[in-house]
Amino acid sequence: MTLNPSPELTARPGVPRLIYRKPDVLLDRSTHYCPGCGHGIVHRLLAEVMTELDLPAHTIAVAPVGCAVFAYDYLNVDFVEAPHGRAPAVATGIRRVRPEAFVLTYQGDGDLAAIGTAEIVHAAARGERITAIFVNNGIYGMTGGQMAPTTLLGQKTTSSPSGRDAALMGYPIRITEMLAQLPGVTYAARGSIADASLIGKLKAMIKRACLVQMEGGGFALVEALSNCPVGWGMTPQESLDHLKGPVIEAYPLGVIVDRGVAAAVAAAAPAAVESEA
Amino acid sequence: MERSVVFSGFGGQGLLFTGQVLARAAIKDGLEVFWIPSYGPEMRGGTASCTVIVADHPIGSPVVDQFDAAVAMNLPSLRKYGPSVAPGGLLIVNASLVTSQTSARADIDELRLPCTDLAAKGGDDKLVSVVALGALVARLGWVTPDSVQAALREISARKRPEIIEADLGVFAAGMEAGRIGVAA
Amino acid sequence: MTEPLETGIRPRSSDKDSGRRSRVLMKGNEAIAEAAIQAGCDAYFGYPITPQAELLEWMARRMPELGRAFVQAESELGAINMALGAAATGARVLVSSSSPGISLMAEGMSYMAGSGTPMVLVNVMRAGPGLGGIGPSQSDYFQATKGHGHGDYRVPVLAPASIGEAMELMATAFELAERYRTPVMVVVDGILGQAMEPVELRFRNPERHAFDWALTGAAGRPARIIKSIDLVPEILEKRNIALQRKYAEISRQETRWATELMDDAEYVLVAYGTAARVARSAIEKARARGIKAGLFRPITLWPFPSRELARVARHAHAILTVELSSGQMVEDVRLAVEGRCPVGFHGRMGGLVPTPDEVVGALKALHGKVERTRERERKQQQKRHAGRAEGQSAHGRAAVTGPPERTHRAEADAHASVRDGGER
Repeated sequence: MTLNPSPELTARPGVPRLIYRKPDVLLDRSTHYCPGCGHGIVHRLLAEVMTELDLPAHTIAVAPVGCAVFAYDYLNVDFVEAPHGRAPAVATGIRRVRPEAFVLTYQGDGDLAAIGTAEIVHAAARGERITAIFVNNGIYGMTGGQMAPTTLLGQKTTSSPSGRDAALMGYPIRITEMLAQLPGVTYAARGSIADASLIGKLKAMIKRACLVQMEGGGFALVEALSNCPVGWGMTPQESLDHLKGPVIEAYPLGVIVDRGVAAAVAAAAPAAVESEA
Repeated sequence: MERSVVFSGFGGQGLLFTGQVLARAAIKDGLEVFWIPSYGPEMRGGTASCTVIVADHPIGSPVVDQFDAAVAMNLPSLRKYGPSVAPGGLLIVNASLVTSQTSARADIDELRLPCTDLAAKGGDDKLVSVVALGALVARLGWVTPDSVQAALREISARKRPEIIEADLGVFAAGMEAGRIGVAA
Repeated sequence: MTEPLETGIRPRSSDKDSGRRSRVLMKGNEAIAEAAIQAGCDAYFGYPITPQAELLEWMARRMPELGRAFVQAESELGAINMALGAAATGARVLVSSSSPGISLMAEGMSYMAGSGTPMVLVNVMRAGPGLGGIGPSQSDYFQATKGHGHGDYRVPVLAPASIGEAMELMATAFELAERYRTPVMVVVDGILGQAMEPVELRFRNPERHAFDWALTGAAGRPARIIKSIDLVPEILEKRNIALQRKYAEISRQETRWATELMDDAEYVLVAYGTAARVARSAIEKARARGIKAGLFRPITLWPFPSRELARVARHAHAILTVELSSGQMVEDVRLAVEGRCPVGFHGRMGGLVPTPDEVVGALKALHGKVERTRERERKQQQKRHAGRAEGQSAHGRAAVTGPPERTHRAEADAHASVRDGGER
């Protein structure tokens, strides 16, 4: 697959240079996300990358349970809704019968790092050729701001009203580092939406994770550290400052592993079922 | 009519295999048949058994109140299935392992066979259950010996071609023992 | 040495050379697996559990041979959700497990029912509750027929009574799943999974249809969404109403059952699966003792053949339900019979199977009780007749002894496959 930058985006002498355009795959709807929420940014990055890589027409995406359950309302690609935490299993099923499809999962931290740990670990261990987007905002947003497996120590939530106490509630999980141990994982990285520069880096990570799949690599995961102003009880700006401070400190940014496509354990790709219109 | 037999003994004595041979022979004879093993952890507890029901009509119940025949290849099997043989039924006991105990029943045909010796005579002392099958077929005639031999050939050819001759020899030894009875 | 038993069995040597198809000995689990493969199963997802492990093992060998998808999942949760993903793309998908694993699959089943995703799930039932045991059981009847997971939904449940029938019904199961966009369950107990019977290698691969809902990538068409969520109550209710219409249609079109020896039956045994086979043997013994018994065997547990059973109940002296459970299907039997005749129950639990003699015992007890009641009513009626010239009875119902009537099967006929719903 070749990269086809839109001609409008290319500067030409005497022609005003277009520097911002909504990718078509991003539907023209206002989202249900709260003001200041990072999900919209991640959606946008995904839409840009998918467009740049010419992916939307053959993408089958899996929506999680959580705030991003309505991702299919914003991204104009085929979508299946997974039960809570099961997106990697659902994606495995798609992968095994649709070798030609681009398979994408989108999960939050409660979905991926709590109820869905078995599914994410084993999809990664099998080296499923899937691109997994993991939005970590350290809280259960949709159900009203309860403690998540990724909630920081001391952080107050509606189910840890006195702050997360390690003695009672255990420690935050760095699940991307855990998954990176598995040989089936071709690429694992953590970025953030905390500021413009980090957003640019996050986009590069998402692009790499998509390319890994396109080039026949194994499991590729990008964790996007994000915010939840409402759940955190902060203004959007405060939440971004918090994100850049203690959150990134607890979850260091960067590429955790990149084994390269050549070394990847490619998932078995049985023959596709006959194509149905 | 419908006839049932249980093959029971230690795992490794070939009981499930022997039951399958009988089942395949029955198919060759145009009969209906149902084979059901004891399964799961029970199999790993050291005993193995299977029930085979043979009939000339579609088979109803896979469980029977009493067996028309039982093959007891060890003492626990004798204790478990000896009392379950229908009056007038056949009980084959492996006298190589069950040296002194009997079912103590006068209303059944209890055939005590030194299966290890007979198997050795036939060509392979490990094929003890095939001895019992031979005796069962000779005694009761539910299926034809030809069909059993063909079934033995079929199964062994697929899994262990080197023992076909021994299988047939042991089956013949069992048939002979079943016909004449052997003092154990 | 006593005389050899009179076997009563005459080897039918002519069969050897007859023109009928050759039969092979197959284990239930393996026959079901192969029938699914021959029915065009594109993908199988499973997890080991007794007594269905051979099904998984058969698929592990055969599916890769054929270039089709096989995954041993990390759990039954994983398996059912892989099935959801594969089925969402329009693939023909099979999942199998046994009771405890089926409980874990309840979540996925509910999502698939809610989102209209076709899939076939085989439950080789074992005894519960909890981890229970590995012995054969029918104690998942409630689970299978009353919804399984959360929400207002049903799934068609097929219950074969032999390995051959199980093979036939696998193709039917895929057909129903795709025709109605629904998960379909096939339930057998551990005996049918583990047993071997001669079967004819006769398979059916249902016709493939182009699905206008399958996720294949939105090239050249609007994007498709397979989902069950709808947070607007009015819209969600509409979805539910549509589901219920679908279930009503399935009930009208797809109810299947079989009867045996019903022409003159006064006592009707109602049983499915292995219990029906025990009942068949019991009926033979009961008839030898002068009790005119017949068999009514539901093949679809949902939709339950209620109307047809109600018709039978009008003329039966009594009904005896036999199950490998504490009495689950008997509740549906009673709902169908609506008091038209007494309904008795006999069952075993824990992995045990009632023997024919046990069932005959239960039938004799029921027979004795019912005949005494009928006799008493007859006498009372005679007394009333003697006392009143008009001879009107207010208690005629229970004393009806209508002529034996053949069961009818009007609607289902058109859609029944070869052996469904017929006298055998």
